Amino acid sequence: MAQNNVLAALHTSAEFDVERIRADFPILSIEVEGKPLVYLDNAASSQMPQQVIDRLVHYQTAQHANINRAVHYLSEVATDEYEKARHKIQQFVNAREQREIIFTSGTTDSINLVMHGYGRRFIQAGDEIILTTLEHHSNIVPWQMLAKEKGAVIRVVPINDAGELDIDAYEKLFNERTKFVGLIHVSNALGTINPVKQMIDYAHQHNVPVLIDGAQAAPHIPIDVQALDCDFYAFSAHKLCGPTGVGMLYGKASLLEAMQPFKGGGDMIASVTFEKTTYADIPHKFEAGTPPIAAVIGFGAAVDYLCSIGMDQIAAHETKLLHYATERINAIKGARILGTAAEKTAVISFVLDGVHPHDIGTILSQDGIAVRTGHHCAQPVMQRYNVPATSRASFAFYNDLSEVDVLIEGIQNVQKIFL
Amino acid sequence: MSTKSLYQEVILDHNRKPRNYGTLEHASHKAVGHNPLCGDHLDITLQLKDDHINQIAFHGESCAICKASASMMTTAVKGKTRSDAETLIQEFREMTLGELDLESPHHLGRLTVFSGIRDLPTRVKCAILPWHTLHAALNDLTDVSTEATNDPVQNISENASDSV
Repeated sequence: MAQNNVLAALHTSAEFDVERIRADFPILSIEVEGKPLVYLDNAASSQMPQQVIDRLVHYQTAQHANINRAVHYLSEVATDEYEKARHKIQQFVNAREQREIIFTSGTTDSINLVMHGYGRRFIQAGDEIILTTLEHHSNIVPWQMLAKEKGAVIRVVPINDAGELDIDAYEKLFNERTKFVGLIHVSNALGTINPVKQMIDYAHQHNVPVLIDGAQAAPHIPIDVQALDCDFYAFSAHKLCGPTGVGMLYGKASLLEAMQPFKGGGDMIASVTFEKTTYADIPHKFEAGTPPIAAVIGFGAAVDYLCSIGMDQIAAHETKLLHYATERINAIKGARILGTAAEKTAVISFVLDGVHPHDIGTILSQDGIAVRTGHHCAQPVMQRYNVPATSRASFAFYNDLSEVDVLIEGIQNVQKIFL
Repeated sequence: MSTKSLYQEVILDHNRKPRNYGTLEHASHKAVGHNPLCGDHLDITLQLKDDHINQIAFHGESCAICKASASMMTTAVKGKTRSDAETLIQEFREMTLGELDLESPHHLGRLTVFSGIRDLPTRVKCAILPWHTLHAALNDLTDVSTEATNDPVQNISENASDSV
């Protein structure tokens, strides 16, 4: 019955053809334990379409060499493709200049780069760094390391029961010692979309720069770093259909130029003698050593793929999935959704009365359903809700409504087992 | 392996109605076990008398696999000598890691319902945690973690070979 509703709903969306999109992803047709895979762990990592796989194969088959070095043909091709990827990412986030895009190994690496390059240079003893309860550990731990090293202080913005930041409390945290804000755009544990524009504006009134952790935002909503006016923005390729091992850091050129390099080595220098090294200009100053060239080019292909669908279309389809899944999980007796913010991406963290998340995850896996269980690298969020862990279904644009139905049946099956 | 065969009635029953659940007031030995990856924790208190586990209780918050494992463990080791308990700990550990030949003689009895967990590496720690905690209690270690740098497995192996 629900199946029919699903088909009806799908036919109303003329431009967005989820069946055609699903056909781009070879992994979506595999079976798990004899059941069709229902992949709902996209917040951890998304799957890769054939277009990106093909791009990686083409690069390795016909274009590979080291970049920025030799004058031979392949090196020039590889360098050109690598920089084209940078241009695609620049356009994807609407950065003013291509040199404001730095390739890193991922969001964690990007945040660590800012901590080392900016934080260690400009943050002093007694200075305050504002973070929020919603941060992923990757935007907590580097700042704790810095705070410990410098004698700086971390201040934390609380959340309400819905999982929304307390903006009044945020604004009250500012004083003359406030020197940096680290802010997650979309909560990986709850899906809350934070009012980052408003928060950045407020920080800038106090001349405080803001780093946005966009790992969970960039795959789901359009990003415009100039409109946000953020100082830094970070995300990973593998959460938006690209390869693992690569991500990006956007930074305003003036800030990046003022920063120290994070890693020293080849590719990041202008000249080296044993007396003195002159660093290369941005972005190369921050890209020491041979980067994951294939992964960067795959990152560019992933962004092309997302743009061919359209981030607005992606957001609209995922919102439909969110509303349908929320409604159906809320209708299950004994199920409770954590994180009910007015503005959310398609992430549903839930707990079931009397059943531990790990048991839920294992039993759902038996039905071919992949969800994440645990603390989602966001222990402060778990502590706020006084739970050790949750189960999290996180959707991507290639999920369809029938997969929500499979999830619901799976949850009901878990309840039956634990009756 | 099918998880259906893991979540058997006996495991579900021990999860629903854990045996020896609580805390002994006058324990001679106790330890706390943690799994920091999922927040699970349990404490074990026991009374050792003439080298026999006279009384034992456990208490904590955990998944069904961990709780059932703890519950069945307490019933299995109650009345046993310390060395018999260590043998069971060793055999249970080997079984969950897939290193025990279940066709050869062993002392696990009904505890073999957990044998299927060897095919779910992410859940092995859940099943083993109570046993590591018992080992810690018997050896006067106050706490044990699934993510500790000192692998409790190593301690077990060393002590087990001592006792054989």
